[in-house]
Amino acid sequence: MILSGADIVVRTLIEQGCEVVFGYPGGQIINVYDSLYKYRDELRHVLTAHEQGAAHAADGYARSTGRPGVVIATSGPGATNLVTGIATAFLDSVPLVAITGNVPSSQIGTDSFQEIDITGITLPITKHNYFAGSVETLADTIREAFQLAMSGRPGPVLVDIPKDVQQATCDYEPRLPITAAPPHPAKDIRIQEAARCINDAQRPFLYFGGGLITSGAEAELLEMAEKLDAPVGCSLMGISGVPTDHPRFLGMQGMHGHYACSMSMHHADCIVALGVRFNDRVTGDRTKFARGTKIVHIDVDGSEFSKTVPAAHGLRGDVKLTLQKLLPLLRETRRPQWQEEIAKFKAEERQSADQRPGMTPKNVLEAVNRRLGPATPVATDVGQHQMWAAQYLRMRTPRRFLSSGGLGTMGFGLGAAIGGALGTGERSVLVTGDGSFGMCLNELATAVKENVPVVILIMNNGVLGMVRQWQTLFFDKHYSNTILDRKTDFVRLAEAFGARGEAAADLEALNAALDRAFAADGPYLIDCAIGKDEFVLPMLPPGGSMDDIIVKAGG
Amino acid sequence: MQRYTVAVLVRNQFGVLNRVTSMFRRRRFNIDSLTVSETESADYSRITVQFAGEEVTKQQLVNQLYKLPDICSIRELEGASSISFELLLIKLRNDPAARDSIRAAADAFKAETVDYTRESIVLRVTADSVRIDSFLDLMRDYDILEICRTGVVSLERGAETIRSGMQV
Repeated sequence: MILSGADIVVRTLIEQGCEVVFGYPGGQIINVYDSLYKYRDELRHVLTAHEQGAAHAADGYARSTGRPGVVIATSGPGATNLVTGIATAFLDSVPLVAITGNVPSSQIGTDSFQEIDITGITLPITKHNYFAGSVETLADTIREAFQLAMSGRPGPVLVDIPKDVQQATCDYEPRLPITAAPPHPAKDIRIQEAARCINDAQRPFLYFGGGLITSGAEAELLEMAEKLDAPVGCSLMGISGVPTDHPRFLGMQGMHGHYACSMSMHHADCIVALGVRFNDRVTGDRTKFARGTKIVHIDVDGSEFSKTVPAAHGLRGDVKLTLQKLLPLLRETRRPQWQEEIAKFKAEERQSADQRPGMTPKNVLEAVNRRLGPATPVATDVGQHQMWAAQYLRMRTPRRFLSSGGLGTMGFGLGAAIGGALGTGERSVLVTGDGSFGMCLNELATAVKENVPVVILIMNNGVLGMVRQWQTLFFDKHYSNTILDRKTDFVRLAEAFGARGEAAADLEALNAALDRAFAADGPYLIDCAIGKDEFVLPMLPPGGSMDDIIVKAGG
Repeated sequence: MQRYTVAVLVRNQFGVLNRVTSMFRRRRFNIDSLTVSETESADYSRITVQFAGEEVTKQQLVNQLYKLPDICSIRELEGASSISFELLLIKLRNDPAARDSIRAAADAFKAETVDYTRESIVLRVTADSVRIDSFLDLMRDYDILEICRTGVVSLERGAETIRSGMQV
């Protein structure tokens, strides 16, 4: 059938199985919006308050469902407003398809109104991008974008469509949804070498990240942990990959990782790294990280091997398929001595655990834990609250912890929580701080309009807590521009947006507020007061090693 | 530090060179020379990259290149199993006192005089990069007005081609 380019865009999105897209209209994407109007019964479009919010929502949708999120924006500022959202998805390997309008081809390169070189701008933050120069190849370009976004190590792909291509017409034939390029296990010889290395280990440690979740290899990981009698830890991106309460799971590793997890990893003689990279927040001082430890690195992206720390074995392939071939080669072993050491680390961790009563970060998040369903998506923003959420929240289902790990984007959370709720059909929770929330709180309007059930918990300390913590520890308490001292009334702000909200000054009030929030029909905000000098602990100072770990405040 | 030559077959599409060099820039790969040319097929262009570095850096560069969807095949071209050339144009002041020794050096390197005026001489040398470096080193004794090098082009010896390594 003969369709316009704009119709082809929307029909191809429907053909690819999209149910909901996020975006914001404008002059150079108006034709696509006309088609969205035409096909409104087949494809839901969620209008956000800002394109950045739309990108984060599409990202949250993708993280929580595993399917590509789609965001649509106009040329110029519409496109540049996507940049932070696209970069966030890129650093966390989230499949995202961004569609932007641009000025007509004849005006490209003339600096016309709202013209921007968005394919140039997004070159280093996309897996790939396209300037769709002809209507004849438009459908296939969008299909290719979906395939690239999903295949191998997922990531964002952008398609920039000039207005004349949206207006031009050509024949369109619907196709079946495109599938990701078929995953492959690592090479047999590499798997055999790695198996020998792992079988020789006395103190193996299994360390996983977001790639394990992408690959869906939770069961294989836990089987391996049982067989090897090995502890399991993760990066921030790995959280929710295995249930927090699993007896072999020691939690998160890294700058603010769980003590027992970091210590076990530090003392391991073999780290099996699964779908995870070793960035600076994980390794600290690279030269001191895991010295004398053999790293067996399994990842779909071979460029991660030895990028920051040397890997003894690099197995390029799908984590799940590779583990399935590796498992039969591993020797079942019991390691009472190693387990004893780990038990000692756990005991030390318990000793330094926060036992204080009142509105401590731990007690606040425990109150949230008591109300989380098995599959509730929890989004965070970035800062202290994010680390506390990673440390204290009990996750039970993969893909339910939505957090900006690589880019560390303040303002990510609200959009992501909206996308997570719409993707899963579950009530979502946003754990945020007053600083982060202030960045993109305009999306409250979206949550209200779409009646998205999202519990917004602001851990409000009146300061930019993470920076303040660094200033306390490393900058002689020079609190340069981290004391917010704003007069924002978050409860009235919520009401102004048409949401409900209440403040909680103590645990009793918090529990009552959470009960109401988890029963509410739409968004519900809780302004939860916490102390401004709460620390995220333990802490490995930036560029430090395990020898420099700070376990207690002031000590 | 070692010198590596890597040939990259890319889809002949608008902006592909930009994608490759943008990746080099953002990951701080320092390139000695880079040449781009058409190939036997209109569908592909060929980029030849020469750089000095450690083995890990080379591996990282190759791995990162493979992540670009427009890249079709990558070959590392090693000295013994490949032929590499680049072309040098060098313009020198035509100083009567130096003329003879310049000529002698030029003969030794099979350099051809491609322009000759009262004030200047332009020589052309086609050789591998090491020989060109040596020739340039000799010429530094004279008054060099300007230099232009093409960067290296390289092919594997024998019937093997970069396209036999293509992942279809």
